[in-house]
Amino acid sequence: MNAVPLGHWLLLTTALFGVGAAGVLLRRNVMIVLMSVELMLNAVNIALVAAARAHGQIEGQLFVFFSLTVAAAEVAVGLALVVAIWRSLGRTDVDDVSVMHG
Amino acid sequence: MPTFIPLLPLVLALPLAGVVLLVLFGGRIGGRASGWLATTMVGFAFLLSLAIAFEYEGLREAPASSGTEADHALDDEGSHSVEEHGASPEWPVIERKLWRWMRVNRSLPLVVAAEPLAVGDTIDETMLDIVDVPYTDALGILDLSISVHRMWSADQALGLVARDAIEVGEVLSDMNVSAGADQIRPLGIPEAVGDFSLDVGLRLDWLSVLMLLVITGVGFLIHIYSTGYMAHDPDRRRYFTYLNLFVFSMLVLVLGSSFLTLFVGWELVGACSYLLIGFWHRSEANASAGRKAFIVNRIGDLAFLVGMMLLWTHFGSLAFGDVLPRAAELTGLAAIAAPLLLLGGATGKSAQIPLYVWLPDAMAGPTPVSALIHAATMVTAGVYMIARVHPLFDNAPGAMAAVAVVGGATALIAALIALVQVDIKRVLAYSTVSQLGYMFMAVGSGAYVAGVFHLMTHAFFKALLFLGAGSLMHAMEHGAEHAGEHPEALDGIPYEQDMRHMGGLLRRAPRTGWTFLIGGLALAGVFPLAGFWSKDEILLEVLAHGGGLYTALYAVGLLTAFLTALYTGRQLLLVLFGEPRSEAAAQAGESPLSMTVPLIVLAVLSIVGGLPVLSALGAPFPERLGDVLGHHAVEGLDKIVLALIASAAALAGLGLAWWMYGRRVPDLGLMAGRAGAASRVLWGKLYVDEAYHILFVAPFVRIARVLWKFVDNGLVDGAVNGVGRSLLAAGQWSRRWQGGRVRGYGLSILLGAALMVAWLFVAAP
Repeated sequence: MNAVPLGHWLLLTTALFGVGAAGVLLRRNVMIVLMSVELMLNAVNIALVAAARAHGQIEGQLFVFFSLTVAAAEVAVGLALVVAIWRSLGRTDVDDVSVMHG
Repeated sequence: MPTFIPLLPLVLALPLAGVVLLVLFGGRIGGRASGWLATTMVGFAFLLSLAIAFEYEGLREAPASSGTEADHALDDEGSHSVEEHGASPEWPVIERKLWRWMRVNRSLPLVVAAEPLAVGDTIDETMLDIVDVPYTDALGILDLSISVHRMWSADQALGLVARDAIEVGEVLSDMNVSAGADQIRPLGIPEAVGDFSLDVGLRLDWLSVLMLLVITGVGFLIHIYSTGYMAHDPDRRRYFTYLNLFVFSMLVLVLGSSFLTLFVGWELVGACSYLLIGFWHRSEANASAGRKAFIVNRIGDLAFLVGMMLLWTHFGSLAFGDVLPRAAELTGLAAIAAPLLLLGGATGKSAQIPLYVWLPDAMAGPTPVSALIHAATMVTAGVYMIARVHPLFDNAPGAMAAVAVVGGATALIAALIALVQVDIKRVLAYSTVSQLGYMFMAVGSGAYVAGVFHLMTHAFFKALLFLGAGSLMHAMEHGAEHAGEHPEALDGIPYEQDMRHMGGLLRRAPRTGWTFLIGGLALAGVFPLAGFWSKDEILLEVLAHGGGLYTALYAVGLLTAFLTALYTGRQLLLVLFGEPRSEAAAQAGESPLSMTVPLIVLAVLSIVGGLPVLSALGAPFPERLGDVLGHHAVEGLDKIVLALIASAAALAGLGLAWWMYGRRVPDLGLMAGRAGAASRVLWGKLYVDEAYHILFVAPFVRIARVLWKFVDNGLVDGAVNGVGRSLLAAGQWSRRWQGGRVRGYGLSILLGAALMVAWLFVAAP
């Protein structure tokens, strides 16, 4: 089996991370921002798995499990926030939720 | 067996206890009781002083066995020492250490020779051991040199303290054996440096006994008088607190056994003087008079302080017992500079040229204060101090001459200014300055006994005159109240102090009037009142000192005696005799007994205080003073003739006063500087205040203004505000980075992370 080289994986994950980061910074819809965060998270996960496999070490893959668990919790909290924002404002635009700044 | 002398600290403690009690409970017991409490305290102090004086008299011994009995008696008490002083003292000088005030102790590496050394050996390090000295000085008794002798025999080892140096090696190169075994000493390090301790102690000899009696005695009388004089003042409690504090401070000054203890008293009396001059501080004039006294005194005190430092660098001690017997060791510049600097301090405290300007203004205080502080006691501190440290002055004839010249000039000028004053207290104030000049002239001629003798008689009659003036002012106020009209104030002088409104008061207030008359005649030097004897003594001594300068000073003294009689006669005639010149004077009333009884006592003292017959009866002064200050025999002069000349001058002054003011109704229009140019200049007090203002005050104010406006407001405040402003600007700038826009934060996090990654690539290949 011809393994895909690590460099390709890293290029992919960098690209995914970039897309996610751009989404977080540029989009206004909270849902999209949340999804972009997930994209960045998973880009890192892919990088960890790929690196773990390339080096023959298991820790990277183990770490991804933790990360997935945390991501699940984070999504739960995040979606709850989105629902709360939707209910109170009727919109889910991040710029409208800046009422807490000084 | 002395019983009272060991109680000497109690004399100090009584007025101090008065201060404490008045501060703590004065408000509860009220003004009247406060006055009596203070008076009682000083009264007891006076009784104790009397007992001490009599007991001290009994300590007289044959010179050979001097000191032993007192030594023995006081050893029971603990830390006392008795020492001899002077050529052949008949009374022991008793010094009592109260506590160790300061000690400065450096580390004490001790250098011990490993082998016996011979004279002339040069030492190198191999010959010496450095030993830790078991040096404990918790009690301050262990003397290092003693411990060295006990620990090593002199021929085997020798010790010396490299007193200042921890770097023993450096010191070693400077050492050689100069004389015997225990005389190695690091060269170039003064003996004084490094180990210094100072005890607070009391010193009892005839000089301090005399001052003790004058201060507590006159102080007691003035306290009694004050209970009457201040009877209607709402601030009596504060007044008596200050007055008790003053008595305590003055006692510290005269009993202190070292320069520094004296200086503490010196400063304390200055503070009390300031507080009491400005006692009625709601008037700006009084407050500024207090400030003036304080500031002018500080100038003198600075000189005093520098003088003390100079003495310390030479003697390594400030105790009188250490410094005075070694006064002759001072040579060169220090020998003349030290007494001159001390003289500088004395000119401030005792109101001599050039620092006399504060005393006339000090009359803004209550009249008993003028009597106690600014006539009888505090202002004589300079004379006392010079007499106390007289070996330093004996050692420097130049400094002595300076004292005499300052005194003579002050005596003459102040007497001239007194001639034209119309304020009853101001005449007395200038008279005080003039009489203090007399005392300076005496001590400047080496006649310390005569100077201190005049100090005592002057305390009697000048206190009497001031208290009498206060009583007359009281009488005038009484009269004005009775008449229902107040005479208008002329030239800014309150009517009750203005002699132009008085006249004929002898009939209206006889007790005050007669005692005032006695005081005035004593001041003028009329035989046989107290002033005659002491003034005659001074003139005699000045002339006996010999030399052109002192002969000239004798002439000045004689002229001053004439002027003194003239202005005193003028005052007596204007105040006591003639017709009343205002309704207030016509209806004036006598003061209460609490005020007139002290006057009568002081009048008796002014009559008998100078009689030589008293000394023969066993009264201690002035001959006993010679025990401390040196006996001074005057020979080759006809005392009777000189006394007649001085008396003639006094009588001529009184006669001229009568001719000008008593013969006919005096022309009031010619007073207060309106009788020609000379009187205008004298009325203007020779414009010294104005000159000082231009020369010193104005430039200082200008410098202060520059410092205030430019340095303080500009530089100091500018720096502080600048720091604040720059921080504010930095905050304004940086707050833009935290605007609450989450995406801005995200972007900066991302950029930061990207930069760090890029740096990883660049810096860690």
